[in-house]
Amino acid sequence: MSRLDLSQSRDALIDRNRPLSFTFDGRPYQGFAGDTLASALMANGVQLVGRSFKYHRPRGIFSAGSEEPNALVTLRSGARAEPNTRATMVELFDGLEAGSQNHVGGLKHDLMAVNDLAAPFLSAGFYYKTFMWPRAFWEKLYEPAIRRAAGLGKLSMQADPDSYDRGYLHPDLLVIGAGAAGLMAALTAARAGAEVVLADEDARMGGRLLAEGGLLDGAPATQWVAQVLDELAALPNVRLMPRTTVFGVYDHGIYGAVERVSDHLPTPGTRVRQTLWRITAKRAIMATGATERHIPFADNDRPGVLLSGSLRAYANRWGVTPQARATDPVLIFTNNDDGHRTAQSLLARGVPLAGVVDSRSGARSLGEYTTHAGAMVTGTKGRHGLRRVQIRTADGRDSWIPCGVLGVAGGWNPNVQLASHHRGRPVWDRERLTFLPGPDGPAGLIPAGAACGHGSTIAALADGRRAAQTALAQLDRTATAPALPQAEEEPSAIAALWHVPGKRRAWVDLQNDVTVKDIKLSHQENMRSVEHMKRWTTLGMATDQGKTSNVTALAVMAELTGNGIARTGTTVFRPPYTPVALSVLGGGDTGANFRPRRLTPTHHWAEANGATFVEVGQWMRAQWYAQSGETHWRQSVDREARAVRSAVGLCDVTTLGKIDVQGPDAATFLDRIYANTISTLKPGRVRYGLMLREDGFVYDDGTCACLGDGHYVVTTTTGNAGLVFQRMEFARQCLWPELDVTLISTTDAWAQIAVAGPKSRALLERVVDGVDLSNDAFPFMACAALTVCGGLPARLFRISFSGELAYELAVPARYGHALMERLMERGADLGVTPYGTEALAVLRIEKGHAAGAELNGQTTAAMLGLGRMVSAKKDAIGAVMSRREGLAGDSRRLVGLQPVDPAGKLPAGAHLFAEGVAQGLATDEGWITSACYSPHVESYIALGFLDRGDQRLGEVIRCANPLEGQDIPARVVPAHFVDPEGGRLRD
Amino acid sequence: MGFSGFRVIKEALTGHRGWGPLWRDPAPRAQYDIVIVGGGGHGLATAYFLAKLYGRHRVAVLEKGWLGGGNIGRNTTIIRSNYLLPGNQPFYELSMQHWERQEQDLNFNSMVSQRGIINLIHSDAQRDSFRRRGNSMMLTGAGARLLDRDALRQMVPFLNYDNARFPIKGGLMQTRAGTARHDGVAWGYARAADRMGVDIIQNCEVTGFRIEGGQVRGVETSRGYIGAGKVGVAVAGSSGRVMAMAGLRLPIESHVLQAFVTEGLKPVIPGVITFGAGHFYISQSDKGGLVFGGDIDGYNSYAQRGNLPVVEDVAEGGMALMPMIGRARLLRSWGGLMDMSMDGSPIIDRTPVEGLYFNGGWCYGGFKATPASGHVFAHLLATDTPHDTATAFRLDRFARGHLIDERGAGAQPNLH
Amino acid sequence: MLIPHPLLGLRDAQEFTYLGDAALLNRPDPAAGEAAFADYVYLRDNPASVHRELWFHEQGDRSWLVVTRNTLTHEILGAELARDVKLGGTA
Repeated sequence: MSRLDLSQSRDALIDRNRPLSFTFDGRPYQGFAGDTLASALMANGVQLVGRSFKYHRPRGIFSAGSEEPNALVTLRSGARAEPNTRATMVELFDGLEAGSQNHVGGLKHDLMAVNDLAAPFLSAGFYYKTFMWPRAFWEKLYEPAIRRAAGLGKLSMQADPDSYDRGYLHPDLLVIGAGAAGLMAALTAARAGAEVVLADEDARMGGRLLAEGGLLDGAPATQWVAQVLDELAALPNVRLMPRTTVFGVYDHGIYGAVERVSDHLPTPGTRVRQTLWRITAKRAIMATGATERHIPFADNDRPGVLLSGSLRAYANRWGVTPQARATDPVLIFTNNDDGHRTAQSLLARGVPLAGVVDSRSGARSLGEYTTHAGAMVTGTKGRHGLRRVQIRTADGRDSWIPCGVLGVAGGWNPNVQLASHHRGRPVWDRERLTFLPGPDGPAGLIPAGAACGHGSTIAALADGRRAAQTALAQLDRTATAPALPQAEEEPSAIAALWHVPGKRRAWVDLQNDVTVKDIKLSHQENMRSVEHMKRWTTLGMATDQGKTSNVTALAVMAELTGNGIARTGTTVFRPPYTPVALSVLGGGDTGANFRPRRLTPTHHWAEANGATFVEVGQWMRAQWYAQSGETHWRQSVDREARAVRSAVGLCDVTTLGKIDVQGPDAATFLDRIYANTISTLKPGRVRYGLMLREDGFVYDDGTCACLGDGHYVVTTTTGNAGLVFQRMEFARQCLWPELDVTLISTTDAWAQIAVAGPKSRALLERVVDGVDLSNDAFPFMACAALTVCGGLPARLFRISFSGELAYELAVPARYGHALMERLMERGADLGVTPYGTEALAVLRIEKGHAAGAELNGQTTAAMLGLGRMVSAKKDAIGAVMSRREGLAGDSRRLVGLQPVDPAGKLPAGAHLFAEGVAQGLATDEGWITSACYSPHVESYIALGFLDRGDQRLGEVIRCANPLEGQDIPARVVPAHFVDPEGGRLRD
Repeated sequence: MGFSGFRVIKEALTGHRGWGPLWRDPAPRAQYDIVIVGGGGHGLATAYFLAKLYGRHRVAVLEKGWLGGGNIGRNTTIIRSNYLLPGNQPFYELSMQHWERQEQDLNFNSMVSQRGIINLIHSDAQRDSFRRRGNSMMLTGAGARLLDRDALRQMVPFLNYDNARFPIKGGLMQTRAGTARHDGVAWGYARAADRMGVDIIQNCEVTGFRIEGGQVRGVETSRGYIGAGKVGVAVAGSSGRVMAMAGLRLPIESHVLQAFVTEGLKPVIPGVITFGAGHFYISQSDKGGLVFGGDIDGYNSYAQRGNLPVVEDVAEGGMALMPMIGRARLLRSWGGLMDMSMDGSPIIDRTPVEGLYFNGGWCYGGFKATPASGHVFAHLLATDTPHDTATAFRLDRFARGHLIDERGAGAQPNLH
Repeated sequence: MLIPHPLLGLRDAQEFTYLGDAALLNRPDPAAGEAAFADYVYLRDNPASVHRELWFHEQGDRSWLVVTRNTLTHEILGAELARDVKLGGTA
């Protein structure tokens, strides 16, 4: 097939001066700029483009838009391969590669087409009724076979190489669709000065005006379109967004849209491929047009059968028709006037016309062609492309008409989907035989034009203007209405014909191979509600989301039940309007950039000093510092832990949450936040604090330092820093707003370094400015605001997580790096050693201090051995609920565990059992929370919760780890492996 | 007549004339022994087990819309028994055992497919907590495997191992877990229950309970009053609304959970993969669609639809974990109504109203529980004692402090 | 969603963290005992209609707000500072 002769028409929308080469299934073809892949394939006489999902029947191009169910191709190759791409939506570019999909052994000779012979066995829902015996065969035999046969295109299995972006727009008015209604709406609003965004899924704006070949103001409609677009483009308050699909309506006027920025180019180059727009609009106009429906009849699925309006669009906009040979005549089958408009267009373009088969008995020709009034199409022939069509005339006679193309016109369905995204249902209009947007659509979304049943050009133009005026009035803007261009009247009479009765298969859903028979079977089996029918037959679940099949199918079901279409109703329309690539929804924050990383003030220093990092609540913390010669992480960790117990170690603890609490009522406030009492804490002193959730379980722990009257610094665990702050603000604003207290998170403001070990005092004395750090002057749990290194403001806390003499020194965050360097330099002779979170964990397990694994939100204060900290004398969050029977009666206690075999390991996550019992959940007595090798005990040690653990010291129990085939005897010991009296930290 | 391969062949050869309705559409009777409110998976399974195991046949299931139209018809179809706590794990294992003989019991292929589930491990601390969970699974016979990175890489080579924000260090796998065809589960129970005499009454909305002297007598419905000896409520996301008609407040909030499916693709994802750090999980349906989801939107909602930030968040998680899915297209999204309980675990118990029983609080995990939920709820309705595997699902556990809090998140539903 | 912050105007809901029913403002007196606290901590009206609820402007000014929102339609009817609500005693 070659191009139609469009020389007489001034509205050709392809550029014959720009030929483009492309391949389909490896064969080279040529098209022109302005073509879609579909129109270019047609121009080259390619009719067979794909195979159906279930029966692998030959399929041709069925539509000219985003509703395409048949012409799915894999576009491009390699990592850019894009399966299931609708050829009708692909703009041709030079070098385009496309391939057909879902066949075995070639598109033309698909071996899977045997499925079609087995079709009687593959009726609706057949798989629910069989494949059950023998039981083991489902996963081994049946399912793998089904899975291989199912699916459409293939993923490349390579990472998407392109980049994506997100954007945000906040217009007064979003106009969705740039057809007659949308353009008129945008023009009206734009001239009134409103900020307007006009989005259209097509590369070229104009909608059906580009496809109809009609006149506006006596000139081709495309000229009017160009003129309006020129005006809009020149206005600063208008943003034109072609290639942009508004795919979803969300709350409060937020619309999701995807702009295909460079899909029309061979590669995106330096640009993004697509952009995800979040458009927050005060009002939106849904001018999304309508989609034509077909009329199922026997063997209506052959290549060459397509929608009549699409046929017209191909002829008018792209100058092509889908015959295999230019001389093949074209036939139209219609139940309404619109089919005749296609006939007129084709005649005008010189296409051989075999006539119009019109199911209405009184139908008349609108031109020089034969009309078979009161006739219907009852069959087709042609293996890979249509050759003949059988019609039954009004008097009941059957005859075969040779033809290569059959355009089917069953009426138009308004594209109401967006109006139903908030679950409002469309309403049936029995005059127009269509569903219209219902009254309960999303707030602020105004349907216009064909999308609400005003499908003729005149009506759409007027309705677009009306919709814009409505929107502007709601936004308190006055608008002078632009004059409407003159257009011809278009007749639109229709008589219901939902399918042609017959015994052979008549397709309703072309992609999923759902026929009228399947719907009848669904009815017969009492799968009669539209949702049951959809799910039983898979109708409407294909990639076209039922755009070409849903309404027809429910009309067929309504006919069977006798309930009528209005009562039968539709299935629910949900986002997205058309399928959207996951890569653009993912927005590009992937790989290492998936989530932010927080870096400590000493991060770069640690990097330079051989640190391996671990993530803790978005922070990257040094896990250990490998020195040369250390080949296993344990060597580094053991060395670091030993250094802390024998000399002095440095650990960046900036990540612990820090909350400054100030105000006359700060002490009262903190008494209610902490389970234990804070108000008795004197300035210059620090206290360990335990926080409960209101439900009585332990939430978090840390220290509370009193820096002065009404001034406290609260620390939290790293992971809970944000949550604790949020809850403290909740307490302050929502529970006790009468208290005069303010909070601020200072986690990022202060760099904090733990200086731990017997030589820590000696080291600190070398950097602190003139403060007596002797044990008497600055004892355990002392704190002070002071200066270091000759005037740098700092805070010093004598607190210890390691159980050694230890301090934490805080300086403004920007000095953290320098402080670390200074401490390393001044402590060199003391054996100062940086240590990471692994050594920190070893040190705290040796001391039995709880951390994340113990504070997992499931533990009580009593389980941690801290039951007595929960004061009964005051009100505090969680105090009352901690006394509930279930919590008070929980007799599990934190214990230490040591393997009976000193060389043995203990795995965290093992469950604890008494020796000799049958191991099961009923006899389960606890679990190991944390375990490590202790270089000081010289064996593995562990912490765990054990039922009545406090009474079972010395008992040998079993640590069961059946997951890894282990059952390890261990002795219950106190949860302090080093310095149980705590003398060292007080020295 | 039963379903079988032979029958499919016979019907194919005789024009499918012999297939009858999958279930009747009976008019409601004046009185039933037991009325189940809610024709979703749990309600239908309850009716089935009442008839099958407890000999109760004067049973009606009342469904306000079409049967199977609630969460059983909109979920991500995952079945698994990989829980930690003793209050949960034996129950979910009972469910798994039911799944394993589902088709034969119901004579309906709900396509239970044990292709396995892998929970990814990103840190040593997470491995420790997964080891604890895996051992709970081992101790109930559910089975579990701890995969190291190499074993995982062999199984699912397409994950982002080399440039990940959250390094992938291994996984906890339950090989018996997998998926089932969600609609098929509802239909299988409905058909089997119907064949044992249970009346399934669609388009019948319960509008009130008739309660006299603290005892339930029946239900008011859009199709008139229906008397009942006992009433069991299994209405998932509508729990709050329905139980309020009996004057009860629940430890439950209703939230929306979105889920997603792509266009059909040839098989790429073998089983179920969950990516906790990225709030993303995925499987692939037999039809070829990638089925995935993430977190709940996070605010109270009965709207059955969610918002764009979560859509972006979930897609971002998917792209971070398996960047090869980028060129797959999202085809449909939907929002389910979740009754999020205060500890993340369900409630199956009697209520302060005599004869009124409650089954709910399933959060976003109700699908996998369907068979066991039906079984134990039937047990409770028939015997007035909790089933052995469901003794912890009490309504008073909140007041008494016997929580079943798998995540340790406390009394805030949107954190579970 | 967009939340009409009483001080800052319309803000995207993504800036906020959600807690739940604004009845959480009405913490019982500690003397009221376990049962009263159990009701407060666990039981919810959970209405399918207008719901007063707490949102925290975490990525913003750190105000806790009481937002009045319809849980069926997501329509927001108003937002107040939780502190004002609590001090006004209208929770």
